[in-house]
Amino acid sequence: MSLHEIIFIILSVVSIVTALGVIISKNPVNSVLSLIVLFFSITCHYVMLNAQFLAIVNFIVYMGAIMVLFLFVIMLLNLNSELEPQKRNWLKYAGAVSGGALLLVITGILRSASMASLDMNTASDIGLIKNLGNVLFKQYVVPFEISSILFLSAMIGAVVLGKKD
Amino acid sequence: MEALTNRAQAVDRRPMNFWERIYIPAIMKGLGITFKHLFRKKATVRFPEETRQFSPVFRGLHVLNRDEEGRENCTACGLCAVACPAEAITMEAAERKEGEEHLYREEKYAARYEINMLRCIFCGFCEEACPKDAIYMTETFAPANYQRKGFIYGKDDLLIPNPKEKA
Amino acid sequence: MTFLGIDLLFALEKILLISAVLAVSLVVAMYCTWGERKVAGWIQDRIGPDRAGPLGLLQPLADGGKLFFKEEIIPTNANRGLFILGPSLAMLTACMTGAVLPWGDTLTFGNTQVSLQVADINVGILYIFGVVGLGVYGIMIGGWASNNKFSLLAAVRGASQIISYELAMGLSLIALLMLTGTLSLKEIVEQQRAGYWNVVYQPLGFFLFLICAFAECNRAPFDLPEAENELNGGYHLEYSSMKLGFFLFAEYINMFISSALMATLYFGGYSFPYMDQIGLDGNWLTILGMGALFFKTICFIFFFMWVRWTLPRFRYDQLMKLGWKVLIPLALVNMLITGALILWQQS
Repeated sequence: MSLHEIIFIILSVVSIVTALGVIISKNPVNSVLSLIVLFFSITCHYVMLNAQFLAIVNFIVYMGAIMVLFLFVIMLLNLNSELEPQKRNWLKYAGAVSGGALLLVITGILRSASMASLDMNTASDIGLIKNLGNVLFKQYVVPFEISSILFLSAMIGAVVLGKKD
Repeated sequence: MEALTNRAQAVDRRPMNFWERIYIPAIMKGLGITFKHLFRKKATVRFPEETRQFSPVFRGLHVLNRDEEGRENCTACGLCAVACPAEAITMEAAERKEGEEHLYREEKYAARYEINMLRCIFCGFCEEACPKDAIYMTETFAPANYQRKGFIYGKDDLLIPNPKEKA
Repeated sequence: MTFLGIDLLFALEKILLISAVLAVSLVVAMYCTWGERKVAGWIQDRIGPDRAGPLGLLQPLADGGKLFFKEEIIPTNANRGLFILGPSLAMLTACMTGAVLPWGDTLTFGNTQVSLQVADINVGILYIFGVVGLGVYGIMIGGWASNNKFSLLAAVRGASQIISYELAMGLSLIALLMLTGTLSLKEIVEQQRAGYWNVVYQPLGFFLFLICAFAECNRAPFDLPEAENELNGGYHLEYSSMKLGFFLFAEYINMFISSALMATLYFGGYSFPYMDQIGLDGNWLTILGMGALFFKTICFIFFFMWVRWTLPRFRYDQLMKLGWKVLIPLALVNMLITGALILWQQS
């Protein structure tokens, strides 16, 4: 076994355990914290793939910003087990059915998808910032700009909602 | 109203202009002032090694005086207690017996003499009031103590050492 | 010699380098506490600590010893695990940043070249940015786990401050990145070695970065997360003993690292004027360069302290207003001007 494989196995175990922790743990703060660790292990996966830019963006955006806001909200909500509303039975069934349906769809896609194996020798630079920038600003410049407009509209919407009071 | 000094300045309440509102010049000025203070002479007195100089008229802890032969000067007349604005001094008088002439100078003496250093304001009126030169103020101050009763100084604490016993 | 496909000599070199960087940041942070008290003393016409050792130089050791031997209190209703995790995270994130800073050029031993940079990753600046963002977790987790409403409020205050100023910091950095065209810190230093320092091209960007660095380090005048007097203490309200010490210590490490970062990004890092003309080469030049970097860093640390003992603290609404309504627009304008100038030069 090479070092890469060992690290990969450790990271994968961490990812799966923390992903389960997100769903299983009763305390929402613990859920969020395991989600943070999960994101960190995914970041490490990106590093293993030599996708440094993606790794760091995942790190900054998900771990550094979005999860902080999650934690913010949950800490301020002060959720206790006593305050937790009684879940109705049909809600549980509906959740189980929709979750199962999602699982079915994903397995279906994975079965039919052809997994092109990545040639590590030629494709290893694809995640570096220069190549990514070239692809993003040459090949996919229109979708990129459109998504930026989407973000802008979301920002303006937030400002408008905040101004209303 | 007539100004007491010529240092009074009217408060400028005009709205701030652009330079004042970006605050950078003011911050620079403040930084300049603190930078100058870096090189000022330090006011610290390194206490155990250095002590602050007392002024010659400093009024510190009291002592009760004796004369050259080691006899107590105090006759318990009570003038110091009357003069004391803080009412820190109490005393009890007693008559001198036969054979105590070497201890007390006059026929009457203070059997108990107490100064409450927590009440004392160190004004020095007791020193001025004393007709017998019995009470004086020195150049030390009352050391800290854990109990209030520790600040009530009795005759043991106040009397100066007997010059004859020392010799 | 290899083990599991890694060169052991290489690993040893890196481990030594990491230990050295860690040790240096810890020692510098330790003496920052001494320096802070000295500078505070001088500015207030006092002399500062001078009892422990000559010039009070053993004061940090005495302080550390005191903190270690103090009683460790964990509140009954606190979340124990997270309560301990908080200061650990603060320390961890503070120490992680030093990994990508180039502390010097290469040293040559015989025929091995040792680069004085732990990892020259090609997203160095973004890495620092990410780790700084991670520093919020120490504050938030520590504040929440104390189970005290005041520490929770302070944690929220601190977290929103850091997030807000991180935006302005990132925007001011983008202008610098447009100029340098690289994210690798080593390359940025090499460019400055060849030309002028970046502060010449980016004065406004540097100024914005400086302000944001103050805010990110929770230093005065932005030290609201730990306002001792008027805001009921900060997120470390319930902490005692060395756990409190770690929070405070992490702040000093952050200050050291951000000073080194500013020196690297805007003031030429380990390069100094006429570096290549003085006729030295090899290891001596590298060591001299390292000295130059440390000199610049210490100047910045002094500036941090100088400002702390000069300016009063912001009110919270003023802080937010400054961050969102002044710094971010200014950073955007700076970006716009830089982009326009680069385009004008290219055409």
